[in-house]
Amino acid sequence: MRFHRSSLIAVAAVCLIGAACGGSSSPGTSTDAQPSSSSTGSGNGLPQPPTATIAPATSIGAGEGQLNMIVWEGYAQPEWVKPFETQTGCKVNAKYDGTSGDMVNDMKDGGGGQYDLVSASGDASLRLIYDGDVVPVNVSLIPDYANLMPQLQSPPHNTINGIHYGISVQWGPNVLLYDKTTFPTAPTSWSVLYDQAYSGKVTVPDNPIQIADAALYLSKTKPALGIKDPYELTKAQLAATVALLKQQRPLVKKYWGLASDQIDLFANGGSTIGASWPYQVNALKGAKKPVPVIGVIPKEGVTGWADTWMLSSKAKHPNCAYKWMQYITKPVPQAQQAIYFGETPVNKKACAVMNTLSKGSCAQYSANAPESFYNSIKFWKTPIADCGNGQKNCTDLKAWTTAWQQVKG
Amino acid sequence: MTEGSPRGGALRSLSRFSWRRPGLKTFGQISAPVAAFLFVYVAALVALLIQGFWTTDSFTGKVIHSWNLDNFRAIANDPYPTIILRTVLIASAVTITCMLLAFPYAYFMVRIAGRRLRLVLLVATVLPLWVSYLVRVYSWRLILNPDGALNYFLNRLGLPDLNIAYTNWAMWLVFTYIWFPFMVLPVYASLERVPYSLIEASADLGGRGFTTLRRVILPLAVPGLAAGSIFTFSLTLGDYIAPSLVGGPGSSLIGTVVFESLGLANNAPFAAAFAMVPLGIMAVYLMLMKRLGAFESL
Repeated sequence: MRFHRSSLIAVAAVCLIGAACGGSSSPGTSTDAQPSSSSTGSGNGLPQPPTATIAPATSIGAGEGQLNMIVWEGYAQPEWVKPFETQTGCKVNAKYDGTSGDMVNDMKDGGGGQYDLVSASGDASLRLIYDGDVVPVNVSLIPDYANLMPQLQSPPHNTINGIHYGISVQWGPNVLLYDKTTFPTAPTSWSVLYDQAYSGKVTVPDNPIQIADAALYLSKTKPALGIKDPYELTKAQLAATVALLKQQRPLVKKYWGLASDQIDLFANGGSTIGASWPYQVNALKGAKKPVPVIGVIPKEGVTGWADTWMLSSKAKHPNCAYKWMQYITKPVPQAQQAIYFGETPVNKKACAVMNTLSKGSCAQYSANAPESFYNSIKFWKTPIADCGNGQKNCTDLKAWTTAWQQVKG
Repeated sequence: MTEGSPRGGALRSLSRFSWRRPGLKTFGQISAPVAAFLFVYVAALVALLIQGFWTTDSFTGKVIHSWNLDNFRAIANDPYPTIILRTVLIASAVTITCMLLAFPYAYFMVRIAGRRLRLVLLVATVLPLWVSYLVRVYSWRLILNPDGALNYFLNRLGLPDLNIAYTNWAMWLVFTYIWFPFMVLPVYASLERVPYSLIEASADLGGRGFTTLRRVILPLAVPGLAAGSIFTFSLTLGDYIAPSLVGGPGSSLIGTVVFESLGLANNAPFAAAFAMVPLGIMAVYLMLMKRLGAFESL
């Protein structure tokens, strides 16, 4: 928990300027209490988002018959959407977006009343919150909230000053993928990705948020830089990270944009080591000609992506939206979606269901991993100028995107 | 409609009026398409240009409507000049390669191939255009993979592996393949228009095959080559899919930067400013082409 005296001043200053000040856990300002969870008040001391004072619903009324959502492809499959529609009478209309930027764009101004829910990833959620596009959600209306893994009940990418702006959906760790034939002994550190010995064999995701992976590595290997949170980097820290990534560039075979890029390269021997997702590990192991790969969590820890169902500030079908959030966090749809997409459910009770649907899938997607595993994960969040310590000298996503373009050259 | 009914009368007087004033008549006839053009094309471009002068709030990501030149200045910062230069070089390389391949190919179709073969070749040229762009790029990935078709044939011939997957060489190859029809068709059209009598005249005046080619046929094919080059050059300038699929590290093009600024950072103002770069390059390119007399016979 980052909590400094200066952050108090920052919050107070923002209040004076006239921004809304709510939230039970921001000290000294308890104008109107929000129904928020008492668990780890993440992101304490951050400025209040514009919609913080909007009181969420206290009960769910009758469904409006429709539900419009912006989702990642594969998040609204008939397998679990059909039962929802028959149970609630809410007809689901899903629009697929390809990038986080598209999602932010479509949700501008609350999606203009066109959309009710969005399945935003951690690199988009803070932008949506601070732009006022999404409103607080009353998690006490969602029965399975209590079954969510504690780390994703109030994560800093969707909970600000104790106020929830949505409910976590699914997540996945970013693992170190290696080919056993090249690595008879398992690598235990991300350092292999920066090792000259594997020149031309490295594959790394093509996404500015990948900077956080290098920052996480530097936070452990070069403590002098003072990196506390890999998503909150000062200019100097970002420059040091970019320098490391530029060293890595000649070693990189491909900055992969699609998971299939990396799968192809591991299958044909073009790459033997890389930053990856559990999805690729399973796809390669389960291929017709199985590739002897292993995905590990290196000792420096890993980053992870996590998606959140967020409620639009101009939702026309809020009751159906709440019904969806109630439904999609239940063990069965959680397990179905996890297996379909190759990701980890947030509901801990989904593990058993996963194993009945597909044997061993629970362990495969680390849905039953020990607490220490979850704690080691630094979940994606949008880099913003506000470092959370009252200082505004952090680099934002704009700066990260430029830096990433410099890295790739 | 009977003679002298109000509607018929109005139409008739309108007809008489426009007959007497042909200028107004033409204006009335083309004003709708011109308005559509202005609204759809020009207005969109102007909107884009204006966006480029705005900026986004680093905290909320909202577009701030305050005028400044920051985005245009940022274009001069690392790594953008390198990316622009790379894009221009690759677009030029692709254009030149397409020209070198398309001219003999089109010449063969026009002068040497029989009618049936010509038809077959023409269909074969445009056939790839019937297949999705993505499928064509992906098929090249299969060819260039370390265990792909290219290395299979090289090994068969006793040659060593060629590993050009995910490099700028791969991009050059793929672009050349994809835009090739856009070069062949205009060159074919321009060569077809060269009358046979000119070639005979050249021969009568003692011009040998190569001289005729150089001094008669090639100059007459320039408009076709120029038109084709405008396609291949501008299409390469704007593409972002091929670099992401077959390019490797150091393969970012102008299109990649625009796509990433919009799709990842949601920084529409910078994307708009950067989108002006290919526009500027094309303006210079078209001016050069005009100097070469490329538009004179269009």
